[in-house]
Amino acid sequence: MHDRVRRLLQELIGDGPDLPPRLVDLCSDSLPVTGVGLSWMTADDRSAGLVAASDGVAVRLDDLQFTLGEGPCVDASRSGRPVLVPDLASRDPVRGSDGRWPGFTPEALAEGVAAVFALPLRVGGIRVGVLDLYRDVPGPLPEVALADALAFAGAATSLLLHLQVADPDGGTPAPWTTSLADYRAIVHQATGIVSVTAGISLTDALVRLRALAWSQRRPVDEVSGDIVAGRLRVGPT
Amino acid sequence: MTEQRMAKVFVELADTLIDEFDIVDFLTMLTDRCVEVLHVESSGLMLTDEAGRLQLLAGTSQSSRELELFELQVDQGPCVDAFTTGQALTNVRLTSALDRWPVFAPAAVEAGVIRTSALPMRLRGRVIGALNLFDVHDRELSPEALEIGQAMADIATIGLINERSLREKTVLSEQLQSALQSRILVEQAKGVLAARARTGVEDAFNRMRRYARGHGLQLTVVAAAVVEERLVLDVEGQPVRD
Repeated sequence: MHDRVRRLLQELIGDGPDLPPRLVDLCSDSLPVTGVGLSWMTADDRSAGLVAASDGVAVRLDDLQFTLGEGPCVDASRSGRPVLVPDLASRDPVRGSDGRWPGFTPEALAEGVAAVFALPLRVGGIRVGVLDLYRDVPGPLPEVALADALAFAGAATSLLLHLQVADPDGGTPAPWTTSLADYRAIVHQATGIVSVTAGISLTDALVRLRALAWSQRRPVDEVSGDIVAGRLRVGPT
Repeated sequence: MTEQRMAKVFVELADTLIDEFDIVDFLTMLTDRCVEVLHVESSGLMLTDEAGRLQLLAGTSQSSRELELFELQVDQGPCVDAFTTGQALTNVRLTSALDRWPVFAPAAVEAGVIRTSALPMRLRGRVIGALNLFDVHDRELSPEALEIGQAMADIATIGLINERSLREKTVLSEQLQSALQSRILVEQAKGVLAARARTGVEDAFNRMRRYARGHGLQLTVVAAAVVEERLVLDVEGQPVRD
């Protein structure tokens, strides 16, 4: 099942501004959901803007949560855990919204949203955004579909981090398809070190580390090893 | 290993499981106890991620050379075999496994490992990971020791599914992924603390564990405080004011 997602994603290899919309469309088409939205989240867990959405309802869902400051995406980003709501209309604490989002829920139901599955896009302490899946009929995501959705969320995380490389030096950044899940512990340790020595956020530190490795044509592991061992110091720019 | 000590280890593990606990901390303790109880050099737990690949979740040794032995096992190695077959691999001599694991075995031999065993973590007909044991001596684990090792792997599995199921209904793949994310957060925090306190990552980890224990906090909570609130800890695991 996971290989399936990987194969699908391989079709997306390339670059350019149309990557996020292609990713959400592919995600929406391959999973038993009605629509998908991809949003940035800021450090205070408010939506910082929609990156792409497969349809108008997904756009509205993001908009609502941005305006109200509440909803499944906000909670997913804050907790770092998926928020799965198979039956938004129900008051059941497990299946339903349980009155958690008094402003969001009636508005979302009015848009025809019956189930929401919000997946946080994170790398440990780095939180970049949320992948929001919705369905117009209630019911849980089957376990296989959830695993696929998590794989899409992994790809979306890589993509959002890639898009953050503002490319200040004009160098080509690391390809976004490099899976963050493949990174070894040492890369995450080095990210923490760089965030301190360069005085930047963890997100920027990871982006910087990837760009550094890419510019030196060396594996990220190797550069990270040098940083952790104290052989290489990354200071403020 | 006396029976009395053995009983103490299981009581300690069971004790942790009935309260709220931190999964990374719990599993690190479990791998520490494996080393003590089974007299091996190091042990680690590898868990499947959402892409069906194995990731290191907890291990006794924080030295990068030994960490690498676990992390090398993305495509091949004892954990991969135990994970794919669901069968225990016991007392494999690495010099005899050079063909079987052409990348992993030479690296392990280089690191001084002579024997390895890998015990599957099974759950309701699925295999979710494996417990890996490394020995730097050429000796076999007895059938009794392997049974204890398997019990430890089973406890690790119970820990993983219990971490949140008491509080909320969750799905296994989500549970596993969240555990791996906690582990990444702890690694990032090690780096942050190491750079702030001008120490090594291994020492940074020990300081965080000491602070978590001393204050009854979850390791992940301490890691988040190090990353987000710039908590700095000294050798004793006490907060340092800027």
